[in-house]
Amino acid sequence: MTGSGNTIGDRAAIVGIGQTPFSRSLGRSEFDMAIEAIFAACDDAGLSPRAIDGVVRYDMETTDEENLLAALGNPEIRYQASTSWGGGGSVSVLVHAAVAIATRMADTVLVFRSRARGKSSVFGKDQLLGGRYWERLGERLPGLNQWHVPHGLVSAFQEMAMITRRHMIDYGTTEDHFAEVAVALRSHAQRNPHAVMRQPMTIADHHASRYVAEPLRVFDCNIETDGACALIVTSTERARDLRQRPAIIHGGALAAGSHHIRLSTLLARHRDEDSAARVGRQLWATTGLAPRDIDAFFCYDFFTSFVIMALEDYGFCARGEGGPFVTGGALRADGGRLPTNTNGGQLSEAFIHGLNNNLEAVRQIRGTSTSQVADCELVLVAGANTDPTGAVILRR
Amino acid sequence: MADLRAQVMTRGRPLPQITLDSREFYEAARRGELRFQRCSDCGTWRHYPRPSCPQCLSRSHRWELASGRGRVYTWTIVHGPTLPAFQDEVPYNIVDVLLDEGIHFQSQLLDCPPDEIHADMPVRAVFVPVSEDITLVKFRRAGTC
Repeated sequence: MTGSGNTIGDRAAIVGIGQTPFSRSLGRSEFDMAIEAIFAACDDAGLSPRAIDGVVRYDMETTDEENLLAALGNPEIRYQASTSWGGGGSVSVLVHAAVAIATRMADTVLVFRSRARGKSSVFGKDQLLGGRYWERLGERLPGLNQWHVPHGLVSAFQEMAMITRRHMIDYGTTEDHFAEVAVALRSHAQRNPHAVMRQPMTIADHHASRYVAEPLRVFDCNIETDGACALIVTSTERARDLRQRPAIIHGGALAAGSHHIRLSTLLARHRDEDSAARVGRQLWATTGLAPRDIDAFFCYDFFTSFVIMALEDYGFCARGEGGPFVTGGALRADGGRLPTNTNGGQLSEAFIHGLNNNLEAVRQIRGTSTSQVADCELVLVAGANTDPTGAVILRR
Repeated sequence: MADLRAQVMTRGRPLPQITLDSREFYEAARRGELRFQRCSDCGTWRHYPRPSCPQCLSRSHRWELASGRGRVYTWTIVHGPTLPAFQDEVPYNIVDVLLDEGIHFQSQLLDCPPDEIHADMPVRAVFVPVSEDITLVKFRRAGTC
């Protein structure tokens, strides 16, 4: 871990961001939404989609490299890679893009994600039609599904509820702490015209929402939405001549680790030895930075309790102190000590498998967020912390 | 067994597909035995099944009989939404049991109201046949029959 140096440091920058509208249901294919977001990101950067010569996507993304060639007419995509495990790959995609730029395997790398996952997007059993994967499970389950699903443990939020319960047992974390996270992020969404959930929320509103899997309530869970996001990454040198203030990828790290669909191995590992904590230690060691240097934090907020655990994983507080850390509006952009997910995150803006949080991190560096942090120079962006994962530090 | 079967068997629920890696587990369960892989060299128990020991890298293991005793490590009460085949059961519990052998195993606790489940609660395995080839391992509070 130590001594490896920060070999991708400052070599690549995010120069374009783009998205579709976010909605409970857009009634559009994932392919169509992906192309809209990609065109928007290229336009933002002042580059033609034809300039893209590298692609990094999630492995579960339904728009693949051949689809991109077919839709964009690009003569060549030289570099292609995909990240595994859904949300765990949401920032790893930027690490891989930076690696491609640093090694000159590509000059203009596209990173994107498109999801038709709103409830009313469940059109049928074909995977290209959107909807929830667990409603398409077969009657006989091979692989890891054979251990969870036959007992009724069928979805991420149920697995997360069990991990969350253990955090409460070990450290005394409470539902009030979870509510603090939900309320802080909603306060950001209220100022964000792209956010799907913009009604005011109080601690009492959170506690009045129904349980989906105790101890998690509806307002502890990410919303399910349709939409797509895209980013364009190029060399820092070239970025200086483009349209936007670049968000420079100052450092990045990856780590394998547990996954929530494998609770027997996840629960056997201490969180300090699992993927997110390992990524955090690598980032601080390779950049020489410390948590106190970070102006805003972007984490994979699929559930309120995992924001609390991410604060611990990345060293913003000691293990077990994430609950007390978030009290008193600590995550709010208007005066909190660590503004977090200032777009409203996946709890209140949209659930584009984390990529919408990456876009907001870029806006903070540009100074264009609707919940702008004053003099925002350094942000930490982290993928899901129950998966093999990755994170980057972006700077001006 | 008939009463147990009635508690967990509902038409249309997905069942495990027995694989080359998990075959011994399900064959044992069908005989009313809880067996897991245990390293022949260093004695470490493991679940899920895997081809080498993460402690000592030995490639040798046996499927050994576990005690069936353990304690509730964590749990959830599912209110839904959930898979349609389980929707009629809500609210239902799912527990993670830390077995005396050091293995985490996910299942359900039978005959226990949600508000009586607590951390470190002693439990024991029970065997519930649900099809010709599959017997699911569930748990009950220790000291109950």
